[in-house]
Amino acid sequence: MKNWVILGATSAIAEEVMRLWASRGYKLFLVARNQDKMDIIKEDLSVRGAMQVETFVMDANEITKHISLLEEADKRLGHVDGVFVAHGTLPDQKACEKSYEAAYQEIHTNALSVISLLTEVANRFESRGHGDIAVISSVAGDRGRQSNYVYGAAKALLSTYLQGLRNRLVKSNVHVLTIKPGFVDTPMTADFDKGALWASTEQVATGIVNAVDKKRNEAYLPGFWWAIMFIIKHVPEFIFKKLSM
Amino acid sequence: MAKQYVSWGRYPHKQQEGFDFSWRNQQLPKDANFLPQGNARSYGDSCMNHDGVVVSARKLNHFIHYNQDAGVIRCEAGVMLSQILDLVEPHGWFLPVTPGTKFATIGGALANDVHGKNHHVAGTFGCHVTQFEIMRSDGARMICSSQENADYFAATIGGLGLTGFIVWVELKLKRVENSAVNVENIKYGSLSDFFLLSEESAADFEYTVAWVDCLAKGGQVGRGHFSRANHARNQVKPSKPKMALSVPIDPPLSLINSLTLKAFNSLYYNRQKEERAYSAVHYDPFFYPLDGIKNWNRVYGPKGFLQYQCVVSPEHGESAIREILGRIAAANRGSFLAVLKLFGDVPSPGLLSFPRPGATLALDFPFEGEKTLRLFDQLDEVVHQADGAIYPAKDAHMSGVHFKQYYPKVEEFKQFIDPAITSSFWSRVMEEK
Ligand SMILES: Cc1cc2nc3c(=O)[nH]c(=O)nc-3n(C[C@H](O)[C@H](O)[C@H](O)COP(=O)(O)OP(=O)(O)OC[C@H]3O[C@@H](n4cnc5c(N)ncnc54)[C@H](O)[C@@H]3O)c2cc1C
Ligand SMILES: NC(=O)c1ccc[n+]([C@@H]2O[C@H](COP(=O)([O-])OP(=O)(O)OC[C@H]3O[C@@H](n4cnc5c(N)ncnc54)[C@H](OP(=O)(O)O)[C@@H]3O)[C@@H](O)[C@H]2O)c1
Repeated sequence: MKNWVILGATSAIAEEVMRLWASRGYKLFLVARNQDKMDIIKEDLSVRGAMQVETFVMDANEITKHISLLEEADKRLGHVDGVFVAHGTLPDQKACEKSYEAAYQEIHTNALSVISLLTEVANRFESRGHGDIAVISSVAGDRGRQSNYVYGAAKALLSTYLQGLRNRLVKSNVHVLTIKPGFVDTPMTADFDKGALWASTEQVATGIVNAVDKKRNEAYLPGFWWAIMFIIKHVPEFIFKKLSM
Repeated sequence: MAKQYVSWGRYPHKQQEGFDFSWRNQQLPKDANFLPQGNARSYGDSCMNHDGVVVSARKLNHFIHYNQDAGVIRCEAGVMLSQILDLVEPHGWFLPVTPGTKFATIGGALANDVHGKNHHVAGTFGCHVTQFEIMRSDGARMICSSQENADYFAATIGGLGLTGFIVWVELKLKRVENSAVNVENIKYGSLSDFFLLSEESAADFEYTVAWVDCLAKGGQVGRGHFSRANHARNQVKPSKPKMALSVPIDPPLSLINSLTLKAFNSLYYNRQKEERAYSAVHYDPFFYPLDGIKNWNRVYGPKGFLQYQCVVSPEHGESAIREILGRIAAANRGSFLAVLKLFGDVPSPGLLSFPRPGATLALDFPFEGEKTLRLFDQLDEVVHQADGAIYPAKDAHMSGVHFKQYYPKVEEFKQFIDPAITSSFWSRVMEEK
């Protein structure tokens, strides 16, 4: 049995992950902005078999609350085995091109808020000598593209940060997983046309749970995104810069 | 985007705008004409609203309460039957009634008052619903049961989504001892045999259904395989098969034509050498053989397909079914899967429920334009003469005149319709004189 803290607990992907964990009887500590949504999710996870479900309202950007959040989780669950970070926003790229403020806000939500939290989590897990950290980054962080490079840059920051953290924590028996989903059909992408490359939240959640179980370092989800990104990363810049991606 | 809201038969194949209703404390769209939609596993246009939007419940899929001792489950309307089974079956509970796909939502199952192979003993899905909540377009919420708002309870069961958005449903489950089903498969030679077997099996078998070779002619009309089954008792668990097959692309034309049909029907009829075969199988392939092939509806190509499902009254049963099968064979328009079953006499709780005593026949047809529609006209006439009815969940064709004859409580039903809700099906059958 495991005790997990989940940030972005109302995200469509996180919900499916938590459903799988609930059916294993885990204890879950949900963190999100919206109490009403968390109440609905709490009932659902309880029916599905979660041993205990706790909720905690917080905007991820309220970094002053991060320590008390972890203390509260320890108190209510007894101890914490893993932290799963799923919150994120898909920025309006055009707005971010016009305004640094907008770009900063997006980078704060998608990367800096996570770094703030993980600074504290890493130190706790390191001193205890065990723990799982799983964070949703994105394939978008693998290469900057004109259509969403602010989001991409935030995710790249996150991915690189996690790489370093993994390198640091491996000797303390702390596992760090970087999750890189491709296109997933969720509210975040509600306005996109869905084609063959799109995955369901169930598919991606199964991939996440497996990657955590197997202590993988990095998981492209679905797996074929590894090949797509391999190619995209290897297109020479003098060609890439002329593509409209 | 629009594509994902298209009905299962992909006919009529029109774009459909939609949006997701994902949280039960959410509000319905303001100032719009809309139709609630589940997982769009209805074949025709009853889950479509081409002049407006559909409000999809697919992501409204949280469980709310589960009484494991009593076998009562309450969940949001978009929870699929498969999700309920995954949760409750390991605890020895099962769906009291299930259609031939586990990918229907509980809200969709309620709004079509679906039936299964156990209709002759269990009645319809609605017979097992203890209560549910609907939300009207003005925001009012109403809990309905046989005690509370009983009139809306009866109107909403089988109410085609027109009485309000179903938010959650509470269902009484049925006990099973394990996940296996004992099946007896009997190869029979004529339509009269089907009726004899149905009568003979009704008392001892919970599930009965026949697959019919719809290209057989003359004395062989109606021949097929009669399958009868019960949940197994005290047996080892057969392992659950994984979904393996899929039709990953849209073929440019229908793969179903008279040649493939003829081959399929005669191969299928002759697949079993012995007259009787017994097996113990996992419930999944028994109840949901087609769910094993993802997107199988694509084999019919871009024009889509129609299903024709009728019921004919007990007095006319055999002669009417013979007539219908004869006409289909004569038109050389057979179906891949023709399914025949005798409904029982458990009353359906809904004002517009389709199931009623008699024989029900369901067949799939690739859409071939006028040819298909004219054949349906002929079949409709037979059904009408046989005091029967057509199932709206499968329909994209029946006339308004016929609809009103098949569903005599339609006038009483109208007072419960939400003023902001309509469907392509409803406009079609209401407009026609
Ligand atoms: C392979 C296959 C086998 C089938 N076998 C059977 C069978 O054996 N017996 C049988 O009866 N049917 C059968 N069906 C038909 C299917 O069970 C029904 O059409 C069912 O209603 C589909 O559910 P859905 O969730 O996809 O609903 P949809 O098709 O999306 O909608 C069905 C109706 O329910 C309404 N509705 C859906 N959700 C809501 C909601 N939240 N609030 C209000 N109204 C709502 C819609 O407006 C529409 O009128 C089969 C279908 C397939 C594809
Ligand atoms: N969908 C994709 O195609 C895709 C692809 C790659 C990566 N991802 C990543 O996957 C993760 C989950 O997203 P999703 O696709 O599941 O979309 P989603 O359902 O829209 O989830 C996003 C979640 O982030 C939360 N959130 C946003 N800003 C927040 C803040 N300041 N504080 C706290 N929570 C905040 C939202 O909370 P509210 O409910 O309160 O709004 C929401 O629950 C994100 O990190 C996303 O970047 C998604």
